[in-house]
Amino acid sequence: MDVRAQISMVFHLDKCIGCHTCSIACKNIWTDRKGAEYMWWNNVETKPGTGYPTKWEDQDIYKGGWEKQNGSIELKGAGRKKGLLNIFHNPNLPVIDDYYEPFTYRYLDLIESPASDDQPTARPVSLITGKPIDIKMGPNWDDDLSGTPDYARKDPNMQGLSAAEQEAMFQLERMAFFYLPRICNHCLNPACVASCPSGAIYKRGEDGVVLINQQVCRAWRMCVTACPYKKSYYNWHTGKSEKCILCYPRLESGYAPACMHSCVGRIRYLGVILYDADRIEAAASSETESLVDSQLNMLLDPFDPQVIQAAKENGVPDSTIKAAQYSPTYKFVKKWGMALPLHPEFRTLPMLFYVPPLLPVMASLSNQDLEQGEKMDPIAKFWKDDWLYDTSTEGLWGTIDQARFPLKYMANLFSAGDEEKVKLVLKKLMAVRIHRRDVTVGDIPREKVQQALSEAGLDAETAEEVYQLTSLAKFDERFVIPPAHREQAIEMLEFTGDTKGSVGFGFKEKPQRGL
Amino acid sequence: MDAFFNALNNFFLIGLPYIALFVFLIGSVWRYTSTRFKYSSLSSQFLEGRQLFWGSVPFHMGILFLFFGHLTAFLIPRGVLLWNNHPARLIVLEVTAFIFGIAVLAGLANLIYRRLTNPRVAVVTSRMDYAILSLLLLQVVTGLWVAYSFRWGSSWFASVLTPYLWSVFALQPDITAVSALPWVVKLHIVGAYLTVLLIPFSRLVHFLVVPLDYIWRPYQQVVWYWQRKEVRRSGTPWSLKRPLNN
Ligand code: SF4
Ligand code: SF4
Repeated sequence: MDVRAQISMVFHLDKCIGCHTCSIACKNIWTDRKGAEYMWWNNVETKPGTGYPTKWEDQDIYKGGWEKQNGSIELKGAGRKKGLLNIFHNPNLPVIDDYYEPFTYRYLDLIESPASDDQPTARPVSLITGKPIDIKMGPNWDDDLSGTPDYARKDPNMQGLSAAEQEAMFQLERMAFFYLPRICNHCLNPACVASCPSGAIYKRGEDGVVLINQQVCRAWRMCVTACPYKKSYYNWHTGKSEKCILCYPRLESGYAPACMHSCVGRIRYLGVILYDADRIEAAASSETESLVDSQLNMLLDPFDPQVIQAAKENGVPDSTIKAAQYSPTYKFVKKWGMALPLHPEFRTLPMLFYVPPLLPVMASLSNQDLEQGEKMDPIAKFWKDDWLYDTSTEGLWGTIDQARFPLKYMANLFSAGDEEKVKLVLKKLMAVRIHRRDVTVGDIPREKVQQALSEAGLDAETAEEVYQLTSLAKFDERFVIPPAHREQAIEMLEFTGDTKGSVGFGFKEKPQRGL
Repeated sequence: MDAFFNALNNFFLIGLPYIALFVFLIGSVWRYTSTRFKYSSLSSQFLEGRQLFWGSVPFHMGILFLFFGHLTAFLIPRGVLLWNNHPARLIVLEVTAFIFGIAVLAGLANLIYRRLTNPRVAVVTSRMDYAILSLLLLQVVTGLWVAYSFRWGSSWFASVLTPYLWSVFALQPDITAVSALPWVVKLHIVGAYLTVLLIPFSRLVHFLVVPLDYIWRPYQQVVWYWQRKEVRRSGTPWSLKRPLNN
């Protein structure tokens, strides 16, 4: 057992309001520079939709991630052979148009244009060439455009959905969508690290943050292809790749990353998870059906004395072990089994987990129910015994089964196609609601509450805990950040002794483009 | 007049190689140590990918072959001469090299055309890029010219140029044979020295950091800021024994 610590994240999708505050917080701090204008280390997508870059999930186009090859795994579009052979021209590299051409407006024209009969306009100009352009795409171009033929219907996750199911998804009355905020997953089996010919990308041992050494990157641009989430970006101006750094300077000072700190919906959780690094390879190369399970199996119980012992032997600080015990992400992912990795089939073992959204699933109404529903009290109608929640056992989860948002779609996103996995999480979410309804209103029969809880694998106590962490958690419960021990390291990778007598930290060269 | 040509020969065939080598060595080390952020191949594929294929691939393939061809003739001239003993083998070698030369020319032409015409790529093109591209164009044109009109290059390179280059490296430059060569050949030699001279100041540095160690390094890389297990061993000397995190 090789116990290591990983900063992991959970995004609770039911709570995301799609406000993009997270994206802006990140942009303002990190990517408001020449060559990085098009980068969104944090972006929020509307699902169903094609995302950013367009259709990033379709690995037939982008060739990202790992694929199984006779028992073990190999990078799909990069790696030793493909990477070095294609180094002069990488056939699988997305180009800027797959994201969008960054632009601004000539605002000054509004003030400076001479008097005339027409209103002056601010023409859009490309931030690359400086010339006027016709904007074809921009950040969040498909925001809220669920149901549209150009975006929603081209969503790669529609695979495996019957034509009728797809049609049903896009009927105006039934249409539903949800938001999917994405950052780098700081994977346990990162494809970006494996694909970098110069070895510029590495995973920090202490907290698992994946970083690109800007002084070693030589623009071989393989990471852009290899990352199946397209979260490694090429800076066309400096000739270096860049990616989410999980705000490590903030983390090291005990602050939550900017996107999480600013999150309006409070959907984000961050905490340490202990895992067994010896099992990485086996987990990443397991069969598709068991990928999620084997990934979750790698995550260790921070209260288990054996795990604690092994962690200590491995040099994991006590403070980190303690942080792991209080970790909100451990609870969501492992203890309660309510969070799933995004696209586990890419086999990078992402460490950002999602609580799939219940809301677009819940709102299922048949015409008959509608008629009946009209007569009821607007709130009570959703809780009337023989209506939304049937008294019969099969009917308890009726809304999930008849979801207007096909479970298959959710499963394609979060469990490599296994609907049962997603269903179980949704049941848990529903059970917590039923439990809270019981506590606050008390109009649901006790047996039914019990039945709901036990079928979802919860008990009242756990349901209460879930509720607390979901709805009431304060800042320091949502973000449990282990101390970085600045007394030892100026930055995590720099021992104080090595920098004694010198000034500052980081490299002192201007980040200028080469000659 | 003779004195003038002598001076020219001395400068370009004795002075220039030493200047070029000196600047190349010091410059590359200096750039690597002081401005490593600028050490990059500065790929522009992200802005334009299709045209690049028809430029970059033939150019690189060709230049690699020709580079190693020249290197072989420099390191084992006798081997090359032995190979060329048989006319059929000589022809095969010369024709192959010429084809690769054409590939370089075609690739280079595409690359130059792309840089000149694509507005996005033009934004990331520096004056040094144009200098390098022109120099390389001069090299490949003179190279093809020489190969075409003075046969057979592979043989006389091994018997005339190799001794000269060795004499330069041995710090006893002997240019008697080379100075009698036609001016195109000399132009090609001078172009080569200029290219070497410019390496540290251009994107050509990327060839110094070709990532060959990728072949044997493990895929995953984890970096620790202190040796976790080492610090806990009682026998570990103090220098390694960084403070514990608890
Ligand atoms: S999400 Fe992509 S960039 Fe981030 S660690 Fe995983 S493979 Fe690398
Ligand atoms: S800030 Fe939070 S709620 Fe708003 S879009 Fe981002 S993740 Fe969603």
